[in-house]
Amino acid sequence: MTDLTTLTLAEARDRLKSRAVSSLELAKAHLEAIERAKGLNAFVAVTADKALQMAKASDARLGGKEAGPLEGLPIGVKDLYATEGVHTQACSHILDGFRPPYESTVTANLWRDGAVMLGKLNMDEFAMGSSNETSYYGPVASPWLPPNWSRERARAALGSGKRGLLTPGGSSGGSASAVAARLCLAATASDTGGSIRQPAAFTGVVGIKPTYGRCSRYGMVAFASSLDQAGPLARTVRDAAIMLRSMAGPDPKDSTCSPASVPDYEAAVGRSVKGMTIGVPREYRLEGMSDEIERLWARGAEWLRAAGASVVDVSLSHTPYALPAYYIVAPAEASSNLARYDGVRYGLREPAPDVIELYEKTRASGFGAEVRRRLMIGTYVLSAGYYDAYYLRAQKIRTLIKRDFERVFAAGVDAVLTPATPSAAFGIGEVGSDNPVEMYLNDIFTVTVNMAGLPGLVAPAGLSNKGLPLGLQLIGRPFDEETLFTLGETIEQSAGRMTLPEPWWA
Amino acid sequence: MSVDLNAVRRIAHLARIEVSEAETPHLQREINAILKFVEALDTVDVEGVEPMTSVIPMALPMREDVVTDGDIAPKVLANAPMTEDGFFVVPKVIE
Repeated sequence: MTDLTTLTLAEARDRLKSRAVSSLELAKAHLEAIERAKGLNAFVAVTADKALQMAKASDARLGGKEAGPLEGLPIGVKDLYATEGVHTQACSHILDGFRPPYESTVTANLWRDGAVMLGKLNMDEFAMGSSNETSYYGPVASPWLPPNWSRERARAALGSGKRGLLTPGGSSGGSASAVAARLCLAATASDTGGSIRQPAAFTGVVGIKPTYGRCSRYGMVAFASSLDQAGPLARTVRDAAIMLRSMAGPDPKDSTCSPASVPDYEAAVGRSVKGMTIGVPREYRLEGMSDEIERLWARGAEWLRAAGASVVDVSLSHTPYALPAYYIVAPAEASSNLARYDGVRYGLREPAPDVIELYEKTRASGFGAEVRRRLMIGTYVLSAGYYDAYYLRAQKIRTLIKRDFERVFAAGVDAVLTPATPSAAFGIGEVGSDNPVEMYLNDIFTVTVNMAGLPGLVAPAGLSNKGLPLGLQLIGRPFDEETLFTLGETIEQSAGRMTLPEPWWA
Repeated sequence: MSVDLNAVRRIAHLARIEVSEAETPHLQREINAILKFVEALDTVDVEGVEPMTSVIPMALPMREDVVTDGDIAPKVLANAPMTEDGFFVVPKVIE
C-alpha cells in the first residue's frame, strides 16, 4: 500500500469517494507523520482526538448525500485562525492560553465542507516576519536539506537550535513546512505582504493569495486589515484550487468580504492558455538580480508562450515604492489592531500597581522584538504632525501602484508574470540580525499585490543551482483567480511536478 | 527624518510598551533604519492623487439596526486573566 501522506489532496479525495481508503486511515497516517516530524516544529498544537472524531464522522457521511467537497481530508490550520476551544495565539506570548469561544469563517467553511483538523501551525508572531523566526514557539525548519548537508547533520541540528537549517519562509512557515513535509494534505495560510507566496516558493509548494475580500477575515487575528487575506498552501495547483473554493465566499460578519459567489476553481485547472496575454514587468528586473532568478523567469515566460499565450513587456512604474509604502501602511494598521492586547480581556497579564503600567509591562513582555519594533513605527507614523508626511503619502502611493496594474489590465493583459522571491531559502539565523530592512526585502516581488488588492499565485518552477526550490508568481485581475489557476497549472506541468525531499527528519 | 532617544521614549509610551534605558539606543538605530528605507517615498509626485481608502471598490453593506447577539457575558469573560462578579478587573484608576 502506498504511503497515504504522499497522496495529493485531489487523489485522497477520489480514493475516499471510491472507498479505497477511509478518512480514519488518512487521519492516522498524518498524525503519525506529525509525531515523527516533531523536530521540524511545524505544529504548535496537535488536535489528535478532534481529528479522529472528525474523521469518523466523515467516514459515516462519505458515500451519502451529505458528504462535502472536502469530506474526510486532513488539513492543518495556521495559528492565526480562531478555532473554537483550540490553541489560537498567532504564535505570540501575549495571547497565552487564549481559547476562542468562536470559529473563524474560513475554518468554519472548511469544516462545513467536511475537512478534518489535524492541529495548529507555527507562524511568525502576528504574521510579522519572512522566516518564521519571530514565533514565540521557536523557528520552523524547512524539510529541504541545506546544500551539501547530510541527513545526520541535519537531524543533529534539529535537536540543537536548528541553526543552519533552512527556513521555510514566513509568515506561514509552519503551513509551508507541514505541506512540503507531507504532514497534512493542505493548510490554511494568510498573506499581508507575501506570507503565503514566499513560503510557497521556499518550500516548493503552491500558494495563492486571493483578491482582497474573496475570503472573510472574520476570526483571523488581525495584522493590517486593508492588506490581510486568507489563502491556502497545497502541493499542487489543483489542490490549491479545491481548498480556495471552500475557504472563500460571502460573509455578513466581514463588511469587506465580497458578496460575489465563488466559481468552481478546479474547473479552471487544465483549461487552455491559448490566446491569453501575459505581461512581464520591466521594473521587477532588479539591479544585481541573480542569474538563476532571471533565467527561471525567462523560462516561465517561454513555457507560457509554448502553451499558446503571448508574452509582452509591460511597465508598472511605481513598483519600487511598494515595499517602503508597505512599511508605513502595515505597521500603522498593526499599531491600531494590536492596541487590543492590554492584559485585561485575554491572554497575558503582567501585574502592576496602576493600569498604564499594567499595559506597558504586559505589552513589553508579551510582544517579541519584531512586533514591538513595528508597533513603534506604526505609532510614530500615525502620531500628530507625521500623519500626512508618512501615512497619507503612503496611501496616495498605493493608489498609484493600483493604477499601474489597472492600466496594464485595461491594455489587454490577462496576468502578470514575475519571480516570487529574490533568492532561494536562506538559513535560520542568517538574515536581518543587524538591520530589519534586510529581512523585509524578501517581500519585494509579492508586496505590490497586497497593496493593490489583487490575486497572486506562486507555483514551483524549478531548482536553484544549489538544488533548492524556486517559484514564479502570477498576478491577476481582481476576482480572476481562475486565470491564475489555469496559468499556474501550465507552469506546474511545464516545470514537472516538484519532487519533495525524503523524510530525513523522521 | 530620524528620531532621537527622547522621541523613542515618547513613541514607546504612546504605544504603551515599556522600554528599558538599555534598549533605547538599539531601538533608535532600528527605527531610523526603517525611516531611512521609507525616505524613497519623498521623491514620488503625489500631487492631486487620492489616498487609497478601499482597495477593491465595493458598497458598504447595510443591515437593519437591530441587536443581533448578546447575553454571552460568560463567553466574553472566559479568557480574561482576572474577573469578578461578571466584570473585568483592573488596578484602581480613580483616586
